[in-house]
Amino acid sequence: MQKYFYELVDALSAKLRGGEVLLAGFSGEESDFVRFNRSRVRQAGHVSQAHFGLELVAGGHHAKGSLSVSREKSADMEGLAAMLDGLRAQLPHVPEDPYLLYATEVRSGEQHGEDLLPDRGQALAAILGAGAGRDMVGIYAQGGICHGFANSLGQRNWFSTHSFNLDWSFYHAADKAVKSRYAGLEWSDEEFGGRVERAAGQLAVLARPPRTIAPGKYRVYLAPSAMEDFVDMLCWGGFSLKAQRTKTTPLLKMLEGEARLSPKVTIRENTAGGIAPSFQGQGFIRPGQVTLIAAGCIRDCLVSPRSGKEYGLEPNGASGDERPDSLDMDAGDIPAAEALARLGTGIWVNQTWYLNFSDRAACRVTGMTRFATFWVEGGAIAAPLNVMRFDETMYRALGENLVGLTAERDFLLNPGSYGGRSTGSARLPGALIDDFTFTL
Amino acid sequence: MHDKLEASFREVLPRADFCSLRHVREHEEMASVRQGVAEPAYLSDDGGAMITVIDKGGMGYAATSDCSRAGLKRAVEEASYWARKTAGVSVVDCAALAMPHPRGEYAGPEKTPWSSVPLGEKFDLLREECARLKTDPRIVDWQAVLWHVRMDTLYLTSEDGRVRQRFSFIVPGLSATASAKAETQTRSFGGLRENCRQGGMEALEATGFRKAAPRIAAESLELLAAPNCPSGTMDLLAAPDQMILQIHESVGHPLELDRILGDERNYAGTSFVTLDMLGSYRYGSDLLNITYDPTRPEQFASFGYDDDGLRAEKVFIIERGILKRALGGGISQARAGAPGTANSRASGWNRPPIDRMANLNLEPGESSLEEMIASIERGVYMQTNRSWSIDDSRNKFQFGCEWGRLIENGRLGAVVKNPNYRGISATFWRSLAKVGSAVTAAVMGTPFCGKGEPNQMIRVGHASPACVFKDVDVFGGE
Repeated sequence: MQKYFYELVDALSAKLRGGEVLLAGFSGEESDFVRFNRSRVRQAGHVSQAHFGLELVAGGHHAKGSLSVSREKSADMEGLAAMLDGLRAQLPHVPEDPYLLYATEVRSGEQHGEDLLPDRGQALAAILGAGAGRDMVGIYAQGGICHGFANSLGQRNWFSTHSFNLDWSFYHAADKAVKSRYAGLEWSDEEFGGRVERAAGQLAVLARPPRTIAPGKYRVYLAPSAMEDFVDMLCWGGFSLKAQRTKTTPLLKMLEGEARLSPKVTIRENTAGGIAPSFQGQGFIRPGQVTLIAAGCIRDCLVSPRSGKEYGLEPNGASGDERPDSLDMDAGDIPAAEALARLGTGIWVNQTWYLNFSDRAACRVTGMTRFATFWVEGGAIAAPLNVMRFDETMYRALGENLVGLTAERDFLLNPGSYGGRSTGSARLPGALIDDFTFTL
Repeated sequence: MHDKLEASFREVLPRADFCSLRHVREHEEMASVRQGVAEPAYLSDDGGAMITVIDKGGMGYAATSDCSRAGLKRAVEEASYWARKTAGVSVVDCAALAMPHPRGEYAGPEKTPWSSVPLGEKFDLLREECARLKTDPRIVDWQAVLWHVRMDTLYLTSEDGRVRQRFSFIVPGLSATASAKAETQTRSFGGLRENCRQGGMEALEATGFRKAAPRIAAESLELLAAPNCPSGTMDLLAAPDQMILQIHESVGHPLELDRILGDERNYAGTSFVTLDMLGSYRYGSDLLNITYDPTRPEQFASFGYDDDGLRAEKVFIIERGILKRALGGGISQARAGAPGTANSRASGWNRPPIDRMANLNLEPGESSLEEMIASIERGVYMQTNRSWSIDDSRNKFQFGCEWGRLIENGRLGAVVKNPNYRGISATFWRSLAKVGSAVTAAVMGTPFCGKGEPNQMIRVGHASPACVFKDVDVFGGE
């Protein structure tokens, strides 16, 4: 696929006219998806897709396009050449763009992932086996993903990976379930079996009569899988240069010096430790790490080429949305094995759900508890908790009310597949928090 | 192209109980002007085919962007592989399914084709609207956007089914962000692109796009100086651009049959609604009438046939407050043994159809806006959704709006910022006290409804009048 992509970009580059520059991107995947309900298959299939992105630049003018391709070179060249002509025809109608910026220093590179994936039929059998006698629901995805960048200046970048991601729940009844994930590059029956056993163990606790609590403030432990959604809210403009300069960042109060997070909180975009490509659509290369929050205060932000040009900062490899792809939060000093005891009496939250800002400027977030969330008494799980709505600011939860973070972190591969399979990830600790506000 | 596709499909048909091809091609263009500067024009041409094979009780699909005969043949082989692998282990009794083999055509409205207006003129229009948003130095960000998608679909089945459908979707957007010190407020034209419709350039007029900019700019500044929305139990007057989220999240999703059947429990969630409620459950007050209505061509999710070939017809989902039927396509109807609607839909060629609400509308009542305001002793009038959250059973919800205005003793009062409210779906709709007339109603929708594993983002349409709810838990910001 890499050769196909590079050869097509060479051929398209040969069609450029004087002063034109071409930026090209490629994304492709060969994925199997198997969806489960009640420990049987609901839908199963294969998705084979590839898309070419083209950006034609002439002087200060540019236009962008995307085209689905068959991966048969001669057939695709016809469509791509037509798109190139279409973009060229648009340029006279597009005003000059003062914020146009693309990489002119050629920095080529390759990241190749080895295909160690299991036979898809065997994976299916293993998953159905784990669900036998239980009520399992979820999704298994496996296959190869590739991304490429090339430009007419000679830069060539390629990324490929072969991964699997099983995201599943064992249900007890109604909305009481244990959610688990097993994802990686090489399947291990032993590792999978261990995760199944741990989930089944929690499932037994869900059989106890559930507890309903009154709205109020409670001490909580957010497991890393709950922190994934909670901290992700900060990624919704929190680390974006454009959001910071247009004052739409949820960290506005911190930006204005009116609030800060706990000194225990340090957050990075850790490209070196993630699984996402290290290049972006205008050819800029991401640094290994960008520190976004250092000891509770804003440090750097993610700078896309466009924002960089607009606001006069050097881009640091961010895409246009200026969101982290490889989120990384520093660990704390609470041993994970002691988290339950340190929680004492309160709520153990394994998963949060459907988060949104209820007051963006104050970084106040609402959302729900979901799946295996437990009422804890005397450092022991007492009962499953009926779902509760929370509404709390980050400044309190990860600020003055943050008791501590666990010393161990989970590395969570994003199972998302809107449009295509995600290469995002998060490395997060659990968090022990006082006076967390539940409202409904 | 469709003839060539059909010929290739007929040549590669497998020996199976059922096989279908669904080809989708979307041609997309977006133009945007932010702070007076044109952003790079974007166009996309995305096409591919989904093959579905049902055989011996199993079902498999395969999607490919290679629509050559060889590409379709490979897709048939992949789909057949998964049909074999799932035979005997499927949650659906595929051998018992009677898949339709429809023949027909559908074309949505488009009087003035998007392509008939040169790109330069679109940028001129956007520059003009963008300029009208910047009325004050405190407006720190402002933008005008036009987004258009032309979609052509072809659905073929192994027994000569053939449906061709053609659509033109237009999505305008405006926003103004005002800021002073540590306060920022954004006012927009329909929040997350809610003023979306089917149609050509003529549809812009119907959305009110060309009149909205001065009001949006003024209201963003007004919000900067406004107090927080008060907290307490009071009445809520929800404008159509909030009502559509209320309908979407707490009527639409809980009534999707695949959620009720458990398919979504690992991701989008289950439902507080169970099959035994259909036909008798009091969902809301007598004033609540909800329809599944694919027959209004200007609405965002109108179509002739769903993606499993079921013909779309208008039906009442909730009538005078009583739940009549759920939202589910042919396969879900067969599984549930319950009636549904033609809404087995896929977000594109690369995803299999699942139950998705399409146009889900709240039918107008008889109250004027003035009558509704006059009926409220203490309450808040909320416009334009900006925050939405609901539990996995679609019960405990919380919504936030861009703009609020107090209502006291039957009269509109001061503007308030950060208006929010929360409630429980199972009881909330029973507090529906007034339903606005058709004059108060708007046709809206969203291009961004997420659901499914693998994930799918799809278009939905909603039309609703303004409505009054009694004794709602209302609150503001920090």
